[in-house]
Amino acid sequence: MSKEQIKIALAGNPNSGKTTLFNAFTGLKQKVGNYPGITVEKKSGKAKLSDKYNAEIIDLPGTYSLFPKSMDEQVAQQVLCNNTDEDYPDVTIVIADATNLRRSIFLLTQVIDLNMNVVLALNMVDIATKKGILVNVNLLSEELGIQVIAINARKGNGIESLKQAIIKTIDEKPKKPFLDVTKIFKGVIEKANEIRGVENNYASFLALCRQKLSGEVLNRCALNQLCKQYEIIPERIQAKETVKRYKAIDKVIFSCVKKGAPVGKHQFTKKLDDLLIHPFFGYIIFLLILFLLFQAVFSWSAYPMELIDGLFTDLSIWTANAMPKGMLNDLVVNGILAGLGGIFIFVPQIAFLFAFIAFLEDTGYMARVSFITDKLLRGVGLNGRSIIPLLSGAACAVPAIMSARTISSWKERLITIMVTPLMSCSARLPVYTLIISMIIPADDFLGFNLQGLVLMIFYLIGFVSAIGAAYLMKFIIKSKERSYYIMEMPSYKIPDWKTVIYTIVEKIKVFLFDAGKVIIAISIVLWFLSSFAPGKKFEQIEQEWSGKADAEMHIAADKLEASYAGIIGKTIEPAIKPLGFDWKIGISLITSFAAREVFVGTMSTIYSVGDDNIQSIKERLKNVKNQETGEAFFTPAVGISLMLFYAFAMQCMSTLAIVYRETKHWKWPVIQFLYMGVLAYLSSFIAYQILS
Amino acid sequence: MQKLANLAIGTKGEIRSISDSDLEQKLLEMGCTPGEKIEVVRRAPFGGPVAILVSSYVLSIRKEDALKIDVKLLKDE
Repeated sequence: MSKEQIKIALAGNPNSGKTTLFNAFTGLKQKVGNYPGITVEKKSGKAKLSDKYNAEIIDLPGTYSLFPKSMDEQVAQQVLCNNTDEDYPDVTIVIADATNLRRSIFLLTQVIDLNMNVVLALNMVDIATKKGILVNVNLLSEELGIQVIAINARKGNGIESLKQAIIKTIDEKPKKPFLDVTKIFKGVIEKANEIRGVENNYASFLALCRQKLSGEVLNRCALNQLCKQYEIIPERIQAKETVKRYKAIDKVIFSCVKKGAPVGKHQFTKKLDDLLIHPFFGYIIFLLILFLLFQAVFSWSAYPMELIDGLFTDLSIWTANAMPKGMLNDLVVNGILAGLGGIFIFVPQIAFLFAFIAFLEDTGYMARVSFITDKLLRGVGLNGRSIIPLLSGAACAVPAIMSARTISSWKERLITIMVTPLMSCSARLPVYTLIISMIIPADDFLGFNLQGLVLMIFYLIGFVSAIGAAYLMKFIIKSKERSYYIMEMPSYKIPDWKTVIYTIVEKIKVFLFDAGKVIIAISIVLWFLSSFAPGKKFEQIEQEWSGKADAEMHIAADKLEASYAGIIGKTIEPAIKPLGFDWKIGISLITSFAAREVFVGTMSTIYSVGDDNIQSIKERLKNVKNQETGEAFFTPAVGISLMLFYAFAMQCMSTLAIVYRETKHWKWPVIQFLYMGVLAYLSSFIAYQILS
Repeated sequence: MQKLANLAIGTKGEIRSISDSDLEQKLLEMGCTPGEKIEVVRRAPFGGPVAILVSSYVLSIRKEDALKIDVKLLKDE
């Protein structure tokens, strides 16, 4: 017997345990995509319901109602209200938090009124009981006219009963509407039904409410006419309906929920908040947590990163020897494998950062962080939630930008994404270290190591410029959305390790598959630029050096000079000369686009150093002479100018790829590339002109 | 009648009205309906958001938004 496949939509408030239930249903059989045209993420997965039924479950964005205010809610409304939508479900599960029943069944009663086949999964009934909230599940089911199943999504209790209830609901509509809108707005709803050509009172009511938003294009004019005729103001009818609905809900709650005395440690959240939201200790603790997070992403991930690096080096050597020599070999080893290595190297940082974030989010601590930092960051156009992306940008912008997703205001999220790459990431460190060791003496200054002091200044420059850029963008980026901070502060709880692991796996998948494609493409272009030259230049170089001492080293240097990358480097020399750079640095700027630390390797190749050791490169570079003056080329002016350029310029294809992935538009990475480029050029120009 | 933003921690009251339509929509659907009992539980440092207990959960909103919410004070029972 072949199995029947049904579609299920999972809806619920944020913090209701929706994701946990989704994970319990689907395990790792999840995929993350996007709704067409918008940045809202679409999570779906497969689950087995019984021997007869399989299900595809769509995890709708967490919302409090079906009134479309943000993009997330619009998605939920579109899927549930439009039976021609490709995701229109056969059965909808609404998950509600039993400790917070009044607010969480609001959404449910709306779904009931859309006359959908719906089941209520009542989560955390056991915890509610401990808190003294006793829910009569059978009576609730009777009052609502649908099946209600008590579950505990974390422990996996009740999932089997829920599956059976879903199967039963496939051909079971709610017994009655919860709130009859035709009685509140007499005559109008019927007319709206006529215009829309459907018999669904609540869907028509919602269509009347969403006057300002897109959708319903065909009927928009007629619906507007109807509003005018009946003197209806969409916001007013929505408010009126909401109040009536809550009154009806209050009646249900009154009969189905009994409040008793709480059992056990009810005061735990309050005590912890006394400390974590404290005007002084709150910030100290937050800084300590950030320090730990920074350590994790920066130092702890160094070991697995080395391991991955080593693996790819071995793999490259093995492939280079195993494949026949030639261009294909070179493409695979220096183009594709190098690109893949450049992608996988980020995995440990992403894993550590999201392990931390998922942990902090799941405990309920992140809501407190926003609470105490919102005011401080809002002044510069950011949000309380921007602090994590911003500071993790000091380790690596790629996972940092991915973590900006928790910011619900699009404008604030966009600003966070745009300025995070200005933070000095770990890839800039090798560049800084090399140049500082060349131009700054290792003396003490007021008891501090001067080199360390300069390094710190450069980290500060990154931070200050990020804040400054955010402040400017606050005025430049226009947004119709008003910025709100209306957030639930959930009770603290012990994090669910499964949720943490699923989050890590999901983020790594998104990075590897979405950003990975762009990174591979750019790596191949960069490989092409540095491995090919017009005409027969490479053959000539090889002949010239054949048999001579250190031939390989000199051939590599000369080939790079003759390659397309070299040609570009020489072409841009007039443009970068005012910054104190020559064409050799020009080539390094181009190859750095693969990743900033490539600078060190390229300098080593182009100056024929022979190995990548910073000490030997430093010695070699120190002896480079300026051909015009005959003095040392790397003066402090050149060094500072170069470091400023690396501090500001957007030289990281992985970051650009992830910005594209997160904003779904090439416009933003392009703007980011340009504004950071201009900033880099100007600051280097000014610094060099003043210092030289 | 008092503005929610001006209430001290521990003050109890009843929501009367919200004077901003956009804000009203958002708060209504989260259960802040007229007549609903609230209690101020936290205030963030430096004039940051205010946290209130409403229908058995804690909700935080910005101070300037809390200025738009009228509250009738309730005496402790």
